[in-house]
Amino acid sequence: MDREVLIAAIKEIAAPYTEDKTALDTINEDTDFIKDLKINSANLVDIVLDLEEKFGIEIDNDSMAKMLDVKSTVEVIEAKLAAHDRK
Amino acid sequence: MTKRVVITGLGVVSPNGADIAQFTQAIRNGLSGIKHDPQLEQLLFSCQIAGKPVIDESRILQYFTPLEIRNLESTGIVYGVIAGMDAWKDAGLEPAAAETPDWESGTIFGTGTSGIDKFRNAVYKLDNLQIRKLGSTVVAQTMASGISAYLAGKLGLGNQVTTNSSACATGTESILMAYERIKTGQATIMLAGSTSDSGPYIWAGFDAMKVCTYKYNDAPEKGSRPMSETASGFVPGSGAGAMVLESLESALARGAKVYGEILGGHLNSGGQRGTGTMTAPNPLAVQRCIAMALKTSGIRPDEIDLINGHLTATSKDTLEIQNWVTALGRSGKDFPYINSIKGMIGHCISAAGSIECVASVLQLDGGFIFPNINCEDLHPEIAALVDPERIPGFCLDKKINILAKASFGFGDVNACLILKKYDHG
Repeated sequence: MDREVLIAAIKEIAAPYTEDKTALDTINEDTDFIKDLKINSANLVDIVLDLEEKFGIEIDNDSMAKMLDVKSTVEVIEAKLAAHDRK
Repeated sequence: MTKRVVITGLGVVSPNGADIAQFTQAIRNGLSGIKHDPQLEQLLFSCQIAGKPVIDESRILQYFTPLEIRNLESTGIVYGVIAGMDAWKDAGLEPAAAETPDWESGTIFGTGTSGIDKFRNAVYKLDNLQIRKLGSTVVAQTMASGISAYLAGKLGLGNQVTTNSSACATGTESILMAYERIKTGQATIMLAGSTSDSGPYIWAGFDAMKVCTYKYNDAPEKGSRPMSETASGFVPGSGAGAMVLESLESALARGAKVYGEILGGHLNSGGQRGTGTMTAPNPLAVQRCIAMALKTSGIRPDEIDLINGHLTATSKDTLEIQNWVTALGRSGKDFPYINSIKGMIGHCISAAGSIECVASVLQLDGGFIFPNINCEDLHPEIAALVDPERIPGFCLDKKINILAKASFGFGDVNACLILKKYDHG
């Protein structure tokens, strides 16, 4: 799946969790969920659940711990989708 | 030097009126909020009628963010936040600014349980090995202090923020505890109140105990009959009541509307000794609670104009009247006026005390006594104690100076509050 498409999907899922709409509009690979989008850290788990549902994947604890910014989140989703395809 | 404490804001979410204007209109006119509940029928409840506040989605959006509404399954938190924020606004207060909490304002907002539907769904997920799908809001919605935490966050409260719990005395207790905090100078403004979840999972335990009526499933509005000879158990209800308490000097300095003054009150327990048990009140404790409330308020029994009773529409109503008669040394034509709102809204469990305190303050401020509905067949044992004229079946326009409000709860706990009309100027 195209990275741009993945980032757009992450943007849509992150939207309800941030009040900083300016930072959301300029979301890119370097965007950090907590520092840039000022998302409450407790909500990261909700974002992961929303991503799992959207992409039909399951994200393990170790992967979840890495998903603090857009870049690592994209990488985790790509890896899970690839593993899924191999199955 | 203790502070005088006044009431400057009111909020309510009741089965017969989900804001102060609707509620005032409803209690003046004796409007029932009790309806047949299809879910209770489907789940084979003996009592298939209940009092549930009606709140539309667009109203909820005014109090909660879209994110908060996602997965929000605690009706108690919905009712409590609406009532609490309405009271705050009614008092002419604003939420604290973004960076600094309001150190002088706090909340004591009680509940029995929190988010029972959220808890139920979480348990189902857990047992289906889906713990990872619980999401982040189970704790905030199911912790008892969820309601005070939600309110404190929305208003930026920086003083004491807590939740009390004492069964059906919860709401009256919260107001008395908040009063004490202001009286002793530890806070200037306190949001006091209580809330209760709606629905079968909160009401089932009472139905199983056979303390709810099963005789009025086809006549819901007739089902809750405090002090009536045909009273056959309480009707479950839900909702929330809230009030802003404030030091008199702060209220005057702000030019706030003053609804009434809290003169004092008392909290106690019968210790489940004598005839007191987990579910039955020890009469000596009830009488002592009333007597102590009068004493701390500096009020003589003959000064009470109106009693807003606990009076749930069970066989215990006569005992409650007997306790008031004994505690006040007044009976027959000499007895104060007395009423119970439960005929209109049922027994709102942990929210009962606060909704009823709001109704009490509205009567003081508005100079009226709301009617006792469904009491056209007054219990003869009550009629032997109190002149029936003191238990009005229609709304009376009457100036009330002193009102006594009491609530009693499982665990043999009691709360009694003495309210006085505030004399402006």
